Amino acid sequence: MIYDQARYTEGDKHEPLLSEKDTSTVEVDETDSPLPDELTRDELTLPGLSEPELARHYTRLSQMNWSIDSGPYPLGSCTMKYNPKFTEDVAADRNAAIHPDRSADSAQGNLGLLYGLQEYLATIGGMDAVTLQPPAGAAGEFTGILVAKAYHDHHGNDRSEVIIPASAHGTNFATAAMAGYDVVELPSDEGGRVDLDALKAAVSEETAALMLTNPNTVGLFERDIVEIAEMVHDAGGLLYYDGANLNALLGRGRPGDMGFDIMHYNVHKTFATPHGGGGPGAGPVGVVDELTEFLPSPRARETDDGDYERFDPDHSIGKVHGFAGNWLVLIKAYAYIARLGDEGLSDASAKAVLNANYLAEQLEMNVPYGPFHHEFAATAGDRDAADVAKRMLDFGVHPPTTKWPEMVPEAMLTEPTEIESKRTLDTLAEAFNNAYSDTDEAIETAPSRTTASRIDQVSAARNPRLSWQALDGE
Amino acid sequence: MTQTDGSPFAPHTAAETAAMLDAVGVDTEADLFDIPDEVAFDGAFNIEPRSEQEIRGELRRLFARNDDLTEFMGRGHYSHYVPSIVDHLSDRAEFLTSYTQYQPEITQGFLQALFEYQSMLVELTGLPIANCSMYDAATALAEAALLADRVRQTSGYRVLVPEYLRDGKRSVLENYVDGAGLAVESYPIDDGNVDREALAELADEETAMIYAENPTVRGTIEEGLSEVGGIADNNEALFCLGSDLVALSLLEEPASVGADVVVGEADVLGLPTSYGMGLGIFATRESFLRQVPGRLVGVSEDADDRRAYTLTLQTREQHIRKERATSNICTNQAWVALRAAIHIASLGPDGLVDLAEDCVRDASALAERVDGIEGYQAPVHDRHHFREFVVHTDQPAAAIAADVEAAGYAIHAIDDHLLQVCLTETNAHATDGLVAALQEAA
Repeated sequence: MIYDQARYTEGDKHEPLLSEKDTSTVEVDETDSPLPDELTRDELTLPGLSEPELARHYTRLSQMNWSIDSGPYPLGSCTMKYNPKFTEDVAADRNAAIHPDRSADSAQGNLGLLYGLQEYLATIGGMDAVTLQPPAGAAGEFTGILVAKAYHDHHGNDRSEVIIPASAHGTNFATAAMAGYDVVELPSDEGGRVDLDALKAAVSEETAALMLTNPNTVGLFERDIVEIAEMVHDAGGLLYYDGANLNALLGRGRPGDMGFDIMHYNVHKTFATPHGGGGPGAGPVGVVDELTEFLPSPRARETDDGDYERFDPDHSIGKVHGFAGNWLVLIKAYAYIARLGDEGLSDASAKAVLNANYLAEQLEMNVPYGPFHHEFAATAGDRDAADVAKRMLDFGVHPPTTKWPEMVPEAMLTEPTEIESKRTLDTLAEAFNNAYSDTDEAIETAPSRTTASRIDQVSAARNPRLSWQALDGE
Repeated sequence: MTQTDGSPFAPHTAAETAAMLDAVGVDTEADLFDIPDEVAFDGAFNIEPRSEQEIRGELRRLFARNDDLTEFMGRGHYSHYVPSIVDHLSDRAEFLTSYTQYQPEITQGFLQALFEYQSMLVELTGLPIANCSMYDAATALAEAALLADRVRQTSGYRVLVPEYLRDGKRSVLENYVDGAGLAVESYPIDDGNVDREALAELADEETAMIYAENPTVRGTIEEGLSEVGGIADNNEALFCLGSDLVALSLLEEPASVGADVVVGEADVLGLPTSYGMGLGIFATRESFLRQVPGRLVGVSEDADDRRAYTLTLQTREQHIRKERATSNICTNQAWVALRAAIHIASLGPDGLVDLAEDCVRDASALAERVDGIEGYQAPVHDRHHFREFVVHTDQPAAAIAADVEAAGYAIHAIDDHLLQVCLTETNAHATDGLVAALQEAA
């Protein structure tokens, strides 16, 4: 497969900026203004373009952008799966477009959706209660760790540490630090899993929680999860499940059954809501019984007569989002789960794991850790993984996540998800293999068929120009 | 029609599955799972799969259970008319179904749109650095306080906020700053605006940040923000100002009143009412660039010497810096930022200023009408207003709000005898009905 991306070029730029197409200044005139001069700005300078000009501008920008609807997007840990179109339509229901301060009586539909999704997620994760408020995965982590902190505080335990495997997502470390905890980093054992001896040495009465991704970030299931849970619980700590890799487990294992006390769900990963170029996502958090009273306020519940109401958990941590989180995303997640049901959810994971294994089998690169599930970390060996990835861009595929996790040298962390057919996986494998075996010169100068050729990232950071105002005079 | 054959979004035929299993060297998919029996699950969630048509019907019926009310609500979540072009362009799958731009060569389009969004915020705030989104206004405020803590040269733990701050926003702020050892304290309000005298007395060398809003949550327009900025300066505290994209189009430029950080609701443009879903503004001074939370799009050149866009200064971020990152934020609200940018572009500077001026004129006109009804006084605060205003009622406010709701309108009851009403172009057609309902309820 060869791919030539759309490329509009005008001199030394591609599509000109809106501000290069038009810049108009409006003066805020005291004589027409409803406000006294001292309370208003003097003028406002922005592009003033007609609708046809804007339609063309943004259409061109869209053409210069890769997406899951363009082709495979096998970013490890990102779970780029197809976003069913009908979920957009259900989320656009005008009756659902209400203000968050509406009375519960007048918002039964929205509360019903929230309640239904809470229930779905609870059963999928094996949790007892769920909050839908966190607006992203990292916000879910933060919520979960605040819940853990509130739980320990409530029981008079002042704990200072959160244990995190070295291979974990960067958000885990940042989350623990934001919540005021010291991070204890846990090395992996030779097989790529949690080193039990190291864990034993790390847990103590200072342990607030262990944050674990399972399967972990190279796709391995933590086989000793029961023992891990026991060690953490015996020390009085809580076990936190990072839901980034839940797409490996649907219908085959539930975090709650493995001894996890708190988990977040990345609904923009596992439950197919669109990533939107970086967001919005949603990061609902599930907890076991003894932690439900600490969840954010409010939650939704069903009354005896089939109505829905809001309620505040007794020892709630309060709020983690100004309102009810990323509402439109939550509707889409509900619709996706309803569409799949039991068999669809289990099949999604089965096919995701099959696809990862089949793809890896076709690659010339070595995959040092296994058996892996929905994702694997191939190593580019003596080649630069980032360069190999750039070359893949010329072959009509998006490359995997590169150079992470660090336990695999020159890692290419690959997660094809269940949506790719055998044929697409073969195309993807060919792209991997062609790029991997290409000449040094070819991979170092790639890509050539994308809108932009290789971009100088270093100078972007060294001389930050972050607005069109900063480009004035260039 | 019940679908029973696994995921409708996995394209495998039985023959392909068999061939793939064979290639991998296992008999069944189950053989690929390395999950110990003691923690394995049998797959019985008891979630019945439904067809697309069934789900659309089910959710249509469910959402029809929301009462069909005309909302006059605001207090941090606003309804402006979103032109069709915003939906049609932002819904293009190349935007909607793309990921974070970790391979910039193939995602120039979204990067440019986010760069343009950042630039629009630079114009609206007057501050030179704007990131490409926070979750919402509340989390943006919280991140501002954490930035204040990081950049502060001396000790200081107090974050001063107006006593009328929304409870939810305050709670988010408290949750975010707790780990950093900061404490949130209220300063008094004088007839809807910052009580500057009281604030000057409260602020001291232990103050890390002073937060004010313009317009305030009660819709009043502040009149002495430079003085608030001065109070912050005198105490070496940061001045954080909360606003929104429409208000910023008309009101004093934050940079000119000394704001160090601007946060607030960017979702007032681009998003219709959506149960509180947001888009947080985050703009700040050049000197704090390396302490900014979240993603930044910058300009560079490609190998052909053409201008190219890329995520930049990523060493601030969690995936590189881990526990020393400026924030844990990863997934943000990029698509909502795209929508806001399209909306701003479609209004242009004329449209924005007109819209903002209407927010002042219409609120004032409606307040006057409400004031004319026996039993109500509006606006309660003798200030200029933006979009919304507080109404005093002699009756219990909750009872009035309930009566008004029964008549088909939603308004806020914010205190025993205080209501709040918000007006934009999306409910302006219904003001006669609201006035009649208020009259009836009095």
